Amino acid sequence: MPHDHHDHSHEGLSPSGHPYRADNDTDLSYWQVMEIALRELLIEKGHLSAAQIHAQINAMDSRSPANGARVVARAWVDPEFKAALLADAGEASRAMGFDIGPMHLIALENTDKVHNVVVCTLCSCYPRNLLGLPPDWYKSRAYRSRTVIEPRKVLSEFGLNLPEQMQVRVHDSTADMRYIVIPAQPEDSFGLCEEALAAWVTRDSMIGVGLPSAPQ
Amino acid sequence: MKVRVKSHWPPGHIRTPAYLRGKIGQIERRIGLFNNPEDSAYRQDGPQRELVRVRFHMADIWGARAERGEDVIEAEIYAHWLEPV
Repeated sequence: MPHDHHDHSHEGLSPSGHPYRADNDTDLSYWQVMEIALRELLIEKGHLSAAQIHAQINAMDSRSPANGARVVARAWVDPEFKAALLADAGEASRAMGFDIGPMHLIALENTDKVHNVVVCTLCSCYPRNLLGLPPDWYKSRAYRSRTVIEPRKVLSEFGLNLPEQMQVRVHDSTADMRYIVIPAQPEDSFGLCEEALAAWVTRDSMIGVGLPSAPQ
Repeated sequence: MKVRVKSHWPPGHIRTPAYLRGKIGQIERRIGLFNNPEDSAYRQDGPQRELVRVRFHMADIWGARAERGEDVIEAEIYAHWLEPV
């Protein structure tokens, strides 16, 4: 936004020309009140402490796509691990040392004939216990509704144009399972060690809206 | 094995997507027994239900409007929503 002319109103903008974020001084919603009431009751009755709740929030915030990237990188270099991952991705991730709780995970392998992409049309199910919180667009109505109707168009908007002969498999997380895509390993990365490979694996490539790429 | 998703429209917490009801697909894998969200959403102790992954061709869901009929959608459907074709 240009700052060297003043023929328009700057009302609602910061001195550098950016909109202020609305302050959260509106009334609490019904569900926000219910969450606070439940949390306070659990603490008051001694079932949980505030510190325990905060520790769980921190644990979730500390999970990131880097965890999934390590799983994918190992699958690229270790065929036995890949077989175990495709058989039971939850168990294989736990065996690597990731605390993913009771999550049921299915790994979906991309090949030169099949491309997998994950969506949750009913809400926003996502393998949070491995990859951390989902990106905002994953929860949008546009992504959730369009991905099952026109996945190729959606993927092209992410910059991913798939060959006509490649089959697209859309996975709708409708119930108890969560999904991670195992993207195909780029040829340029052949021969690298597991740790170096993990840097190639992007969050989007594990959702299926992108491909792995050389770290910047 | 070919199955059809029942075309039922009951009220409540249903995790069978509307766009798949009445559609025919192929069982991709059977996952095991899980609590039925139609019961547990209301704190009812109903029986556990088998959860099944079903693969549908885009052409069988969207007809001529499909981007590419040979592409597929896979979804988890509770077995009591499925009927043999």
